[in-house]
Amino acid sequence: MKRQSRPLFDVTQIPDDLCPIATKLSPMRPGDWRSLRPVVNRAKCVKCSVCWLYCPVQCIVEKTAWFDVQLDTCKGCGICAEECPQGAITMIEEAS
Amino acid sequence: MSAVPQALPARKHLACDGNEAAALAVALARVDMVAVYPITPQSSLVEYLAKFIADGRLQAELVDVEGEHSVLSVLHGAALAGARTYTASCGPGLAFMFEPYLRTPGLRLPMVMSIVTRDTLTPQSVWGGHQDAMSVREVGWVQMYCESVQEVLDTVIMAYRIAEDRRVMLPVNVCHDGNYLSYGTARIELPEQSEVDAFVGTPDVNWHVALDPDRPMAVDPLTGGAGGPGPAMFVRYRKGQCAGMQHALQVIGEVHEEWGRLTGRYHAPLVEAYRMDGAEFAIMTLGSMTGAGKDAVDEARDRGLRVGLVKVKTFRPFPVAAVSAALGQVKAVSVVDRSVDFGWNCGPLYRETLGALYHVQPQVPSMSFIGGLAGADITLQHFARVIGETDELRRGAPAGRTVWLNEND
Repeated sequence: MKRQSRPLFDVTQIPDDLCPIATKLSPMRPGDWRSLRPVVNRAKCVKCSVCWLYCPVQCIVEKTAWFDVQLDTCKGCGICAEECPQGAITMIEEAS
Repeated sequence: MSAVPQALPARKHLACDGNEAAALAVALARVDMVAVYPITPQSSLVEYLAKFIADGRLQAELVDVEGEHSVLSVLHGAALAGARTYTASCGPGLAFMFEPYLRTPGLRLPMVMSIVTRDTLTPQSVWGGHQDAMSVREVGWVQMYCESVQEVLDTVIMAYRIAEDRRVMLPVNVCHDGNYLSYGTARIELPEQSEVDAFVGTPDVNWHVALDPDRPMAVDPLTGGAGGPGPAMFVRYRKGQCAGMQHALQVIGEVHEEWGRLTGRYHAPLVEAYRMDGAEFAIMTLGSMTGAGKDAVDEARDRGLRVGLVKVKTFRPFPVAAVSAALGQVKAVSVVDRSVDFGWNCGPLYRETLGALYHVQPQVPSMSFIGGLAGADITLQHFARVIGETDELRRGAPAGRTVWLNEND
């Protein structure tokens, strides 16, 4: 899992043994917690754009000869696989 | 050598009870927000505060809430936004407040709350006793017990300095005895507003934890557990809390000294030794009973008994060194409590004193007296009995007993 955090303000003047506070922002993206991942069969994809139209988080990206998925933002909902007329997308479990 | 006495300015005097004195102190400390729920014997205190605010004498926001749990929760929000805060409670109200009360010292919020002490249920009682304050003695609030109406006023003002000292950063309970101090009227001297302004300074409440858009933060996130940084992190905060309590011992002394220089009233900050010079044995007291105790000691001294009195003002943090030093030379000591330690079948101050006496050699014979529960009087006669039995203890009577002073009243 990719973790990134950044300080929200300068905390160096606050002792670290007073009140517990969290002062770093750790942005989690859907790719950090997705449980199913779409896999595109490039041989079946005809670039009809149906997946691109239906994807609720707009993570479908166009490649030269097929459409693919931006996995940082894909939440694994499976709508693309459900809607693909060619049956070119399958959902597989993320490795634990 | 003590400081050269200086002429102190003439100040206003008035007669008032302890509840009004506490409210006057709150007004003088210019708190920003008060949240209250009335409960006997505290009710008149918050009525005075409401009056001061309505009269424009105190420019504070008064929040009437539906119960004590909300009282302290509202004040948490106010303190996190930087406000100087105050409330007062006791007995069942304090019990209902317990969840945010537990949270306050860990948040290191320098709040001040009076406990107008009341015995706890059950049996049903609305009268004075220290059982409520003693029941919360391990929560992590500083606890100071007052002897007189003047000391109530002075201590509530001093409490803001102690709580907001950056070495301490802990909430403070100023305890004054229900009935005896809450309703007992005495002549007091009122400090000038300008003096109190200079003494307490501007509020310094939320520099370490805040509800502040310019410093966004999550307050009190999940900390601890068995893995990762959890255990070390949790220990760090607990140790920090204990360190703040230990620093308070010094800060309480400094603040009382400064208040003495300002007003001429040098209240003993941790422990007062009364007629302990050459004392062969001692009695110990807490709170308003001390007046009767001192009178009884005077009478006993007149009869030739070499007895002194040790009053504990600061109960949390417990002044171990000061208590063991005060009792270092005596051959017997009795402790008079106004509450019960259910675990040890004695009084709580007695149990604490046993701990302090661990540092004293040779071992000092001691015993526990419990009196004044639920508003009962601890009279001169009761104290004469305490002194008499302690004298027998000094001469070899069995130690470690618990005597219930009002058992046959």
